[in-house]
Amino acid sequence: MTDDAPAIARAVGTGARTTPGDSPVGQPVKFYQVGSFAAGNRLLDEAHRSVQSTLGRTNSLTSGHRACQGCGEALGARYALDAAMRAAQGRMAVVNATGCLEVFSTPYPETSWQIPWLHSLFGNAPAVATGVAAAYRAKGRDDVRVVGQAGDGGTVDIGFGCLSGMFERNDDVLFICYDNEAYMNTGVQRSGATPPGARTATTEAIGREPGNPFGQGKDMPRLAMAHQIPYVATATVAELHDLEAKVEKAMSLRGARYIHLFVPCPLGWGSAPHDTIRLARLVKECGLFPVFEAEHGEVTSVSKIRRQVPVEDYLRLQTRYRHLFGSSEPGGSEGRPDIVERIQRIADANIRRLGLLDETLDEGPPPDGSGGGLSDRAAAGVL
Amino acid sequence: MDKPFAITLDPGSSLANHTGSWRVERPVYVDRLPPCNDACPAGENIQRWLYDSEDAGYEQAWRHLIEDNPLPAVMGRACFHPCETACNRGQLDEAVGINAIERFLGDQAIMNGWHVEPGKPGSGKRVLVVGSGPAGLSAAYQLRRLGHEVSIYEAAEMPGGMMRYGIPSYRLPRDVLKAEVDRIVGMGVELVVGRPVTDILELMGAGGFDAAFLAVGAQQSRNAYVPAGDATHVMGAVSLLSSVDAGSPPLLGRRVVVYGGGDTAMDAARTARRLGATDAVIVYRRTRERMPAHDIEVEEAAEEGVKMKWLSTIAGADQGRLVLEKMELDEHGFPRPTGETEELDADTLVLALGQQADLSLLSGVPDVVIDDGVVEVSEDMMTGHPGIFAGGDMAGPPRGGRVLDDRTVTVAVGHGKRAARSIHAWLQGVEISRPERHPLAVYEALNTWYYADAPRTERPRLDLARRQSSFEEVVGGLDESNALFEARRCMSCGNCFECDNCYGVCPDNAVKKLGVGKRYAFDYDYCKGCGICVEECPCGAIAMEPELI
Repeated sequence: MTDDAPAIARAVGTGARTTPGDSPVGQPVKFYQVGSFAAGNRLLDEAHRSVQSTLGRTNSLTSGHRACQGCGEALGARYALDAAMRAAQGRMAVVNATGCLEVFSTPYPETSWQIPWLHSLFGNAPAVATGVAAAYRAKGRDDVRVVGQAGDGGTVDIGFGCLSGMFERNDDVLFICYDNEAYMNTGVQRSGATPPGARTATTEAIGREPGNPFGQGKDMPRLAMAHQIPYVATATVAELHDLEAKVEKAMSLRGARYIHLFVPCPLGWGSAPHDTIRLARLVKECGLFPVFEAEHGEVTSVSKIRRQVPVEDYLRLQTRYRHLFGSSEPGGSEGRPDIVERIQRIADANIRRLGLLDETLDEGPPPDGSGGGLSDRAAAGVL
Repeated sequence: MDKPFAITLDPGSSLANHTGSWRVERPVYVDRLPPCNDACPAGENIQRWLYDSEDAGYEQAWRHLIEDNPLPAVMGRACFHPCETACNRGQLDEAVGINAIERFLGDQAIMNGWHVEPGKPGSGKRVLVVGSGPAGLSAAYQLRRLGHEVSIYEAAEMPGGMMRYGIPSYRLPRDVLKAEVDRIVGMGVELVVGRPVTDILELMGAGGFDAAFLAVGAQQSRNAYVPAGDATHVMGAVSLLSSVDAGSPPLLGRRVVVYGGGDTAMDAARTARRLGATDAVIVYRRTRERMPAHDIEVEEAAEEGVKMKWLSTIAGADQGRLVLEKMELDEHGFPRPTGETEELDADTLVLALGQQADLSLLSGVPDVVIDDGVVEVSEDMMTGHPGIFAGGDMAGPPRGGRVLDDRTVTVAVGHGKRAARSIHAWLQGVEISRPERHPLAVYEALNTWYYADAPRTERPRLDLARRQSSFEEVVGGLDESNALFEARRCMSCGNCFECDNCYGVCPDNAVKKLGVGKRYAFDYDYCKGCGICVEECPCGAIAMEPELI
């Protein structure tokens, strides 16, 4: 290698950004084969790799848990809490609402949790988390961080009052909602986060408007933003780097913070267990689940769609939407293309509202894990 | 027991719960054959040396590369890179510039003086190699590495065969060729030039050779009957190219017509342009689609102002004029004459209708079968006569081997390697064992989401004015930054490159990371068989297998 060896080669050795002292996002070294989007990258400095690629990750939720094959929630919880553990340098307590995550991880007397973990009731996790934070404060232990977590039922329905209060008081808690869009633990009943058209045990695929009705339900990230709390972000289990960067960012702040994490449920959605991450990828790429972050009620960045797909590509992989699609068998149903079209309009509205499409080429997330689309601060100007 | 109120059991871990018992299918790590490796006629492990190049380990990459091919700087220029045609990345955006990286590595080796040790201790066996083209050099190199004494007999005054006398210097500069030949000779290979072999058995006996590898190439231009008057200058393409190399280019005149549609025809026409011909016209009896020349040669020739006349044959030549007869394709795609004629001015007619081998050195050798102008060889590249092996342009495809209808430098290098390994086994009296080929890593097995968008880096090209007047090299090389970039575009199809994705995506924490270079292992005590790792493996290196009970 000559003295004037190109910058790209030198940067490999250090894993450094090409312009030191740049913004937190910086200008990343470009990596290709080695999966800018994959968990790890052998060409990168250890410090810049994802938490999940390291041998030293906490494995907050360890093996032997009783979640179904391909559970998105189990995966999402480990992703998020391992990142939070690294950010908190191991000093962290977690409060869990009732739900799948609690039931499959902690059947008495066993537990899968390898972190301090507390369960109380279905509806009071945010309030208990507030209390834990207050207790640590009273003991002068500001170094211990508190995370509250729940499924979508425990967040948007049953625990909503407590959560709203926690937001309003700006209690020093990061609250994570693992959204799998229904009450899965009790047998797939509709929740306030169930999307329109989806079949659940309580919104059967019958009648003129089969599945969950349109025009109902709660858009929890926007409700959280309306509380003007310091930080709100959405993420999916398909974008590990983005998720870890958001958890790290949230942990760097004080006050009430909220992360809404999209976690597919093979059992409740009728999808193949191996499609869990694929579904999380498709829901973002079709526009149905916008991935963004907001500070003090204002959207500050969005993750752009990289390879746009119609919502149908996402819906067809799930039997909870089967009634929307015709059958090729003789005498089979014609499906409900009109409903698919209405769902597509929701996605299109999200894309318009948040500026999710970009003409410029996506260069991939920076390998330092600071999140792909997040680097595009210009997007905020669109909003 | 001292337990709190209402608590009767000790705390336990879920690790006691072996969820692996739920599984009906199990993921397993596999290695699949990458399409580039599959397509390489020289049998290079391309993916391996790209992997080394990705973290700037160029010498390591080069050392992996030359295990199969001792001429990377030549091949990085003269190979028509079937690897890039096969490259899966071509289906995503554009193929990885494998050929450019090979050239970069070859040039680095020349620049830094990397060399190869002969390898194993002497075997006491002597092997004769006839011909110092790519096949002969490749065989000599491999045999030397296996510890044999090797002598190359070359009929011409300079080594290189068709690399020197068939490929013009604007495609392959002579200093590059010399550097790579010198490196092979430097391993202790005896090179005897200006020594045609006329009787192989006699020479083997006289020289005490235990085996011979024949690779004399196809040097004789094929002729077609063209009724020509005395005043028309007619010459063969190979003699044109070799006289240019010898430094005594013939006087061609201003208008040159080349008859034929192969790479040699393109080279002859491009050479004519460089020698000052204002008109260089290629006459070919079929269509562009059916031309045997490689696309890149046809494109570069056209860029340099070479004109093409399709569907034409030369019916006669006299007094600086050619009579062309127009052809049409019949329903089988064969050209047939139409009876229509036209005239074309030409000072020189160059015939580039293919070459054939001079096999006279084999006359009188028992059991050697010659069919359609080439020697028949077995799977081991051995002719019918024990101990005499043959390869390169003078040999037919090895029996049982893949039929590669190209006669290229790359195929010849592959023949040389295969023959050397067979000779080594034959000299020791052992059967050669060939490992089974892994199943092909097809594009559908990849999850291309994980590869960031990265357009291909093109090599610089000499500007047109200089391409029409000088023999300077047309295609430039990559510099280090873009060679590195290009290597990193490799998707590592079918073979784990330790991206940690399986380790990351397992909801059950059932993938164990074994450390750098050791890949991963499944913990089947806890793997529930969901298959997310299979689906999300970027390069298709995990497969699902039914669980046998």
